[in-house]
Amino acid sequence: MRLKTLLMAGAALTLVAPAAMAERGADGQLNIIYWQAPSTMNPFLSGGTKEVEASSMVIEPLARFSDTGEIVPILAESIPTTDNGGVSADLRTITWKLKPGLLWSDGTPVTAADGVFTYEYCTHPEGGCAQSSYFEGIASMEAVDDLTLKITFTEPKPFPYTALVGSESPIIQKSQFENCIGARAPECTEQNFNPIGTGPFRVTEFRANDVISLEANPNYRDPAKPAFASVLFKGGGDAESAARSVLQTGEFDYAWNLQISPEVLTEMEAAGRGKVVVAFATSVERIHVNFTNPDPALGPDERSVWKEDGSNAHPILSDIRVRKALSMAIDPVILTEIGYGPTGRPTCNVLPGPEIYASTANDACLVQDIEGAKALLDEAGWIDSDGDGVREKDGKELSLLYQTSTNAVRQQFQSLIKQWWGEIGVETELRNISASVFFGGDPASPDTFQKFYADVEMYTNNFSGVDPEAYMANWICNKAPRPSTQWQGENITRWCNPEYDALAAEFSKTAGLEARADIAKRMNDMLMQDYAMIPLVHRGGTSAHANTLAGVKINDWDSELWNIADWHRVK
Amino acid sequence: MFRYAMRRLLVSIPTLLAISFIIFALLDLAPSDPTANLPLTIPPEVREKIRASLGMNEPFIIRYLLWLQQFLVNEPLNMIEQWTGWTIGDSENRLRVISWATRSPVVDLIVERMPQTLWVVGMSYVVAVLIAVPIGVISAYRQYSWFDQIGTFVSMLGFSIPTFFTGLLFIVIFSVWLGWLPSIYDTTLVVDSWDSFMAQVRQMIMPTMVLALANASQISRFMRASMLDNLNQDYVRTARAKGMKERTVVLLHVLRNSLIPVVTVIALGVPTIFGGAIITEQIFRVNGIGALLIVGIESADIPLVQTLTFIFAILIVLFNLIADLLYGILDPRIRYD
Repeated sequence: MRLKTLLMAGAALTLVAPAAMAERGADGQLNIIYWQAPSTMNPFLSGGTKEVEASSMVIEPLARFSDTGEIVPILAESIPTTDNGGVSADLRTITWKLKPGLLWSDGTPVTAADGVFTYEYCTHPEGGCAQSSYFEGIASMEAVDDLTLKITFTEPKPFPYTALVGSESPIIQKSQFENCIGARAPECTEQNFNPIGTGPFRVTEFRANDVISLEANPNYRDPAKPAFASVLFKGGGDAESAARSVLQTGEFDYAWNLQISPEVLTEMEAAGRGKVVVAFATSVERIHVNFTNPDPALGPDERSVWKEDGSNAHPILSDIRVRKALSMAIDPVILTEIGYGPTGRPTCNVLPGPEIYASTANDACLVQDIEGAKALLDEAGWIDSDGDGVREKDGKELSLLYQTSTNAVRQQFQSLIKQWWGEIGVETELRNISASVFFGGDPASPDTFQKFYADVEMYTNNFSGVDPEAYMANWICNKAPRPSTQWQGENITRWCNPEYDALAAEFSKTAGLEARADIAKRMNDMLMQDYAMIPLVHRGGTSAHANTLAGVKINDWDSELWNIADWHRVK
Repeated sequence: MFRYAMRRLLVSIPTLLAISFIIFALLDLAPSDPTANLPLTIPPEVREKIRASLGMNEPFIIRYLLWLQQFLVNEPLNMIEQWTGWTIGDSENRLRVISWATRSPVVDLIVERMPQTLWVVGMSYVVAVLIAVPIGVISAYRQYSWFDQIGTFVSMLGFSIPTFFTGLLFIVIFSVWLGWLPSIYDTTLVVDSWDSFMAQVRQMIMPTMVLALANASQISRFMRASMLDNLNQDYVRTARAKGMKERTVVLLHVLRNSLIPVVTVIALGVPTIFGGAIITEQIFRVNGIGALLIVGIESADIPLVQTLTFIFAILIVLFNLIADLLYGILDPRIRYD
């Protein structure tokens, strides 16, 4: 009798099997490798990309940015706009509606109070929240009812999708983190490692700086998802072996951030086990031109210090003709091919995306023009009179110090550019500094990128999310790093133009996508046409996935794992 | 002997305190910033707040004394509580050494990683000793024979080729070409059946062998040299003259005497087992102590690096003492009192 029942059940299961394809957990285990291992699952306490991405499988925001850079609702029912009344006409409030019936992975309902709590958690002065800039300019946040969250801004906010939007500011559960606010935040190891979330997976075991085991969240809002029953998220090692484990040995299904030599990557891909995917957002490798005098003979209050009256201008680079000549001598197409291959595109803009913000006015920079550059330097009065191959003017040699962080691709770029500049009679001294010092921001160190004790320096910067307002405001005059600001500030070039400052002010008051795009483009063009920076490569996020893994839509605007609920196995 | 051991232990206390201060000062003076690895999109004001919340703005001496108290008083108390289940004093609010990157207690991280390091690195050491001693003995006994030549050649290779090269070579051969062994160590594997045991063995083979090769070449050279020293001694001739079997002469008389310096070398190498194999662990992604140290250094996690290096210092001081004591036990001619 029992055997019969079993057989019947077995037969029934085989019949159902085809339909089971769309069932939660039907596809077994997903193996992900990040060569930098997450140290916590709480993105508010870390701020690193690896932690943000790992936690995006578990905790979710109200809305995210899709692979095309569009904003899509996640926990919210829809995106509030001025048209649907979600954003008030004076641009001072935004009202989010949560999807009804949402549950945390522990089975309790998600309410607007959780959102308010997240705001309080991250803005607590003693918490050291790494994402607090997402909550800037908020006067108050209140839960109107269980499903309605109202945010009031201190002044009109044309782009209000910052707080609780995107993988960097997800909603955490109030009842779990209630006792972890402020100075107590770091003590809550259990909570920080195992946050209760609404995402497709929940943590079963977290080993800091090593491996995370996750399983499908039984209370996930879509009963058919995720397709994988469990996720093994391994961290650590280096990018090359991570790529190998997906593309050559097939031990893993997905590898993140494969910044390795393009030839090596193509060779690995040829093994036929998986493929490399690239997504472009806003990362641009660029050369910053120093507009202030970095002469080592100057004292600490003068060297590379911006003065309001413009008295401390760079002796060589304050002439636009020199800057333009330096830019003309560079071939961004060759640089991209050598350093990045398919994972980069040559660019002439510091604001390369989203699409509507990308200017086409500066594309001439893609063509190298050595002769034109020489003519321009002649015109500027820089002549090689003593025949040593280096131009002079008023007894001063045209010699520049070019610094960047230590990184194989960057050093390759440095030597190519040094060669090109040599061709037009510019002598270049190269210098590279350990990344942890260069980007370290220690005001006591002379080697940080903020101090800029060099004539030109190269690195990559970008902005998160899709709105460039804060990013474009980086180049207003008073954001120049200087002793009075403890060398903090984003205007690294120390470029200053009152017209630009006025545009930045206008940008912060303008609503409507098209009007904003227009201003952003104008600001980008001003910077580019004054050669305040020399953009080189628009860098993409590069990852690889196994051929058996489907549904991956690589995304550089948000977490790469943003749609992991849709990932599935193809047989 | 006991008095000597006690005296040495007491002397090591100021030594360790001085070491801890030097490590702390070195790490503090070195340019490092725990927020340096964060994306540039995080503004400087926020970075400053993060640094403040980590307690970085306190004066040097206060941070040092605080760490000392946390490490020497609070952590041992906490450990005793965990083992015994007692509650000693105000254990709720007792500050532990907290890692900056993970915001979790450093000692917990170390405890979590110790088993992997002990298994892989410890096993490699055992394998190395098991290989090295016989090789050393035979090489010395049959000096300049083909076995000795090959042994010398292999140990020179093992000695001079760095583990990051042999590691990658093994991965390319056994994982990429042949596909026999996994290139990445699965630390979540639970051994509860024959299959999972075999999986564990397979993933341990490569890292263990890479390290064993390096260690074995060192130990086998010591073993060979020490055997050679003894083989020409008078007592060996006497033993042979008394008509003892060659086997007894070599294995009982010569080997025993030759092992004395080798045992010391082995004992002095034990702290490196706990220290983990930094490079090998990184290559095979074994989540051991060495890998933890690298992550700590990369993310400027000063409390973690400080605690780990100090633990290494303790182990080195301790095993130096043990090696000295072993010497006294093995060699009756040496007396400390």
